[in-house]
Amino acid sequence: MNFWRAVGAIVWKDIRAELRTKDIFSSMFVFALLSVIVFNFAFELRVPAMKMVVPGIVWVAISFAGTLGLNRAFVIEQDKGSLAGLLLAPVDRAAIYFGKLLGNLLFMLVVEIIILPLVMIFYNLSLLTPAHLLALFLGTYGFAAVGTVFSAIAVNTRAREVMLPILLFPVLLPVLIAGVKMTGSLLDGETLASLGNWLQIVAVYDVGFTVVAYLTFGYVMEE
Amino acid sequence: MIELRKLTKAFGSKMALRGVDLRVAPGESLVIFGPNGAGKTTLIRILSSLSRPTGGKVLIGGLDLATHADGIRRYLGVVSHAPLLYDSLTAEENLRFFAQLYGLAAPAPRIAGLLAQVGLTARRNDLVRTFSRGMLQRLAIARALLHDPQVLLLDEPDTGLDPQAAEMLHNLLVQLSRAASTEADAPRTIVTVTHSIERGLAIADRAVILAGGRIVFEGATAGMTPADFRPLYDRYVGGGR
Amino acid sequence: MRGSSRLLMLLTVISAISILIAALGALLLAPNAAGLTPDETAAQRIIYFHVPSAWLSMLAFGITTIASIAYLITSKRLWDGVAVSSAEIGIAFTLAATASGSLWAKPAWNTWWTWDPRLTTYTIMFLLYVAYFMLRSALDDPARRARFAAVYGIFAFLSVPITFMSIRWWRTIHPILLDSKNFGLSKGMLPVFFLSLIAFTGFYFILLAYRVRVERTQEQVDALKEQLGY
Repeated sequence: MNFWRAVGAIVWKDIRAELRTKDIFSSMFVFALLSVIVFNFAFELRVPAMKMVVPGIVWVAISFAGTLGLNRAFVIEQDKGSLAGLLLAPVDRAAIYFGKLLGNLLFMLVVEIIILPLVMIFYNLSLLTPAHLLALFLGTYGFAAVGTVFSAIAVNTRAREVMLPILLFPVLLPVLIAGVKMTGSLLDGETLASLGNWLQIVAVYDVGFTVVAYLTFGYVMEE
Repeated sequence: MIELRKLTKAFGSKMALRGVDLRVAPGESLVIFGPNGAGKTTLIRILSSLSRPTGGKVLIGGLDLATHADGIRRYLGVVSHAPLLYDSLTAEENLRFFAQLYGLAAPAPRIAGLLAQVGLTARRNDLVRTFSRGMLQRLAIARALLHDPQVLLLDEPDTGLDPQAAEMLHNLLVQLSRAASTEADAPRTIVTVTHSIERGLAIADRAVILAGGRIVFEGATAGMTPADFRPLYDRYVGGGR
Repeated sequence: MRGSSRLLMLLTVISAISILIAALGALLLAPNAAGLTPDETAAQRIIYFHVPSAWLSMLAFGITTIASIAYLITSKRLWDGVAVSSAEIGIAFTLAATASGSLWAKPAWNTWWTWDPRLTTYTIMFLLYVAYFMLRSALDDPARRARFAAVYGIFAFLSVPITFMSIRWWRTIHPILLDSKNFGLSKGMLPVFFLSLIAFTGFYFILLAYRVRVERTQEQVDALKEQLGY
């Protein structure tokens, strides 16, 4: 079975299933929106200019919503044991990883595209520049790359979904730091060029951990 | 076709299988009986490549499962007590998805044919979420046979079905599994785990009783009736550990 | 007593003696640091415990990762035993290093804590250790626990350098209030310092050996329990 065709089949399957129920998507979206609004109140009175905390708000909202999405993605596979169905097929375990990764990535990006304009409206700031979209994409990819492996692990523990943030956030820090830095710089009017080092760090993170995930995902899938 | 050599599986220090030796000839239909906790499901999970043995070897078609898993999976069909299907997709979409994963070219006629054989043509465009347990298992059978597997593994497929549905399922399985595999034009090798002595004997060439992780009885079942077999079962299983 | 046990006892005794000598050296024999207040002078001696502890916590993490990779490749439970043992010892040394560093910082810089890149990364490393143990405790099947913990351990360890770099980068934009620890080890201090380092490293390996032993004994007990039908 062709590797990338299997990946494509899995991604399409997830998209089609999600379009039917909109479960994952709607909960991610609502959660992100709630985060943005709650943080608005959390900071409003003590911060001279909200612009200062917007980068943090954006990335925290992405993190929370992303964690929710990652969890549900594997929980639905557990429901009728469908993950076993995937594992029974002559499909490379890594193809399952990439299929799930791309699905998760897509869902997160869609939520971000919708949340961003709202943030822009709330705070009267411009966030939809190509530079920022690049930063968002790289950061979100890192999130999904590591998160997909960890959610496959977490969903099999006694604590289930609660385990995911505990595992994920410390490992994800470089992405969050870089993301906040990049969003902040871009809001301050810096150019893409000045973000060079941060982009590098995120790129190294993305590539590096994708490789590690590729090598180790099979071990997470076996029993 | 299938060979198990000193197969052991431990979960921590709990031994689920303690050195199982078993051979299943090509085209043979083997039925496995045994009390709960005997290790039957563990055995099927290992055979279907979902679980790795702690010790021993599994050979399918002469190939070591440990090293040739991907290649072997192509020839395995599994019907488990869980349906292994996607709730939010229709019956047809489920089958089409798995057809893609198995690399089947032009699967549409095969899908239509299987849906007809399991009696689900009318429900092909309905979401699996709306299916009753009986219908789920029938669709599961269709999924298992989609890629025309040489080896069929069945783990108590009639779990949770009312007597009527269970009977229907049984007849369906007898019919479909005995039909020759079109690709190899040879009868499939079938391993069935079941609690029902009647149904098990009806489809078996040979029977095996698994208890406490070991095979305690093995023999041909030609001409045996449930009345013959039941005292045998009680003798091997009834006694205390 | 079996040969290996005898060897272990011998090594334990050697290790204990070396630690005593190192402590002696650290507290009494090493020369005073120059140009410090009496408080700071005394506190400066913590360096002989603090740096080895920190070094060992990182070595322990590294060995956990190597053992994790070895486990994934070989599926031998011994490697999982090494991984968890090393992690336990590592987390203990992490706490020791943090506490001793804090005790040193107060007289030296008049603050218990600072968010400089090294310390921040170190805190995150501690969190990774904690997450490792939380993951392990949430899994019942030993084989699965070993596998999942191994995968997580690899990810966690590899994230540390990248985290360090990103925090360092983050911090250069804001002024660093306190200079990164300038050890200022004079020539006279070096012998004691290296002795301490070696003594502590030996100590780590002895602890590891004992802890792995405990793991294997536990396995044997579990197997016996199974056999006897508990």
